[in-house]
Amino acid sequence: MKLKLKKVAFVGVAGLLTVLAGCSESKVTGIEPKTMTDALFSVMEADRTVYTKLIIGRLAKKEKVIKASEHWKDEKALVLPAQMFRYGAERVAEKGADFSYSLLSLWPVNKQNKPKTDVEKEGLQFIADNPGQNFYGEETLGDTKYFTAIYPDIGVASACISCHNDHKDTPKTDFKLGDVMGGVVIRIPVKG
Amino acid sequence: MTNKKAIWVFWSVTTVLLLVYYFYIILIGNDKKEVSPGEMIHGHYQIEMSCSSCHSDAFGGGEVLQSACVNCHGEELKAADDSHPKSKFTNPRNASRIKELDARACVSCHSEHKNKITGEMGVTLPEDFCFKCHQDVAEDRPSHKGMAFNTCANAGCHNYHDNSALYEDFLEKHLNENKLLDSLENKSKATVDKLTLLSQYPIDRYPVKKLTLKEIDSHSGVFNDNRVTHEWETTSHAAAGVNCSACHEEKSSDNKITWIEKPDEKSCKGCHSEEVKGFLDGKHGMKIKAGLGAMKPSEARQPMRITSHDKELSCVSCHSSHKFDVQHASVEACLGCHNDTHSQSYKQSAHFNTWHKELNGQAEKNTGVSCASCHMPRQLKRVGEHEVVLVEHNQNLNLRPNEKMLRGVCMNCHGLAFSIDALADEKLIENNFKGMPSVHIESIDMVEDRLKKRKKPEEGGL
Repeated sequence: MKLKLKKVAFVGVAGLLTVLAGCSESKVTGIEPKTMTDALFSVMEADRTVYTKLIIGRLAKKEKVIKASEHWKDEKALVLPAQMFRYGAERVAEKGADFSYSLLSLWPVNKQNKPKTDVEKEGLQFIADNPGQNFYGEETLGDTKYFTAIYPDIGVASACISCHNDHKDTPKTDFKLGDVMGGVVIRIPVKG
Repeated sequence: MTNKKAIWVFWSVTTVLLLVYYFYIILIGNDKKEVSPGEMIHGHYQIEMSCSSCHSDAFGGGEVLQSACVNCHGEELKAADDSHPKSKFTNPRNASRIKELDARACVSCHSEHKNKITGEMGVTLPEDFCFKCHQDVAEDRPSHKGMAFNTCANAGCHNYHDNSALYEDFLEKHLNENKLLDSLENKSKATVDKLTLLSQYPIDRYPVKKLTLKEIDSHSGVFNDNRVTHEWETTSHAAAGVNCSACHEEKSSDNKITWIEKPDEKSCKGCHSEEVKGFLDGKHGMKIKAGLGAMKPSEARQPMRITSHDKELSCVSCHSSHKFDVQHASVEACLGCHNDTHSQSYKQSAHFNTWHKELNGQAEKNTGVSCASCHMPRQLKRVGEHEVVLVEHNQNLNLRPNEKMLRGVCMNCHGLAFSIDALADEKLIENNFKGMPSVHIESIDMVEDRLKKRKKPEEGGL
């Protein structure tokens, strides 16, 4: 029995040392936060454009077979592209994903979607002043440090423009096709 | 034995006895009031003795309570398109808000066992919860300038969770409606063949055809009870081919069939699952659902008739077995127990007048307003692939805050502005809507003003 215990202890210690030695040799690998947020945004942007053009633009605006409405349930209508995007973000949050995203604007229809943190304020102003460029920064919210990326949200279809310009709660009524209407804010928690 | 030793022995024995006593109460005893930290709210007092309904895990933290809240109330909140779901607060950009008011957890606003601070809506509620996020509302809505921070919800304009009948565009859509609408939407029951909803219905044994007394398949001595057989023969059960055995027989897992003398909601559930679900979720059946037996009117906090005190609430306590008279269940069954001023005033109300006329054949079918029309309304529900009209047996869905009644009940017959005012008038509610509202909620006026300002002058704007 004693011999057996000694054997087990020897194998255990040897194994532990091997693991520790392995750890010191290998490098920590992973995806850079910027690479990650850029990839996430490319998927979000593609899906958002497809929904706006092929569903809303085609069915609600061009062929007029169904309405798109903010009150889609009551009106038995299609959800608006911005709602589609938010519902997706909420589902991702419900699943406990390690990143979050939101759609904000300097000219939001819903005032709760105006920039709130310093990075949001700086970033949204930057992408509005520098069309075609993204904004990257870091911020601490609560007890957590985040890598925050802000990407321009462009008015890609006439439906986006007319809906925002005509909305009773919009603070801006002169959006044009191709304008930066807001920004997609993606956050990833980082160590430090 | 020294005094010191005696004190230690006394302390140890007392501690052990107390521990045994409290463990007995918590784990085995029926009366757990002694370990309850305080009286429970109106919506929960019936299940006070079932601690595990909320405290399902003794070693869990806030997430256990949160999941208990969501298990019972989540579906309702989802159906009402909760204006402030948890998902609105989980984004890190709300970290500063969460620090002030953690809106991710129900218990941040609604504490249980704190009767002294429980408000009129039956829950505890901090007064400044809207202010934390919407303090700058007057910037976009000048009409809100100068309003007190605690008037958002208690002025009848907004509701934190359910704004389905209060949101601006809905008010705008229903501007200038008459007090009494021209077309009444009093839904008639079952718009599709009920059997299409019951995939498991044993149609071979109970084909849809009217049954007569000769065809009764009862195993008991019921043949000799003329009242029972007559009542069954004149119901929709007999008309649809539902024989005695359909309710009175129970098949065990080894296919052994036993005759049940007094079937309960488990038998009804076979064909009326949605109704039974509503009953068990509501005030009449929640004790049964919690495994505490049937609710008795004597246990209720509301005034009940003494003659009804010993009744045990079940499906048949309102529908009466064999007779299943829905008209009786809609008024007389309610008034047989409920004895508050609102219930007592019903028979002097305009609503009762419409009901009386319908029963006497002086008015069209489904135009009368019974107790059930408002508290257990017929509602369009989706069951599988079908949309059907069913009676909502969970009265909580229409009770408090009473704005929940607007869309599903009041607006079937009345204009929105009139309905909002009526529901805000406590005296009018107490006398069962005898007269006109004496209060006016200004939200609809504000919407009208804003609309006028928005329109161009040639369209009637300012």
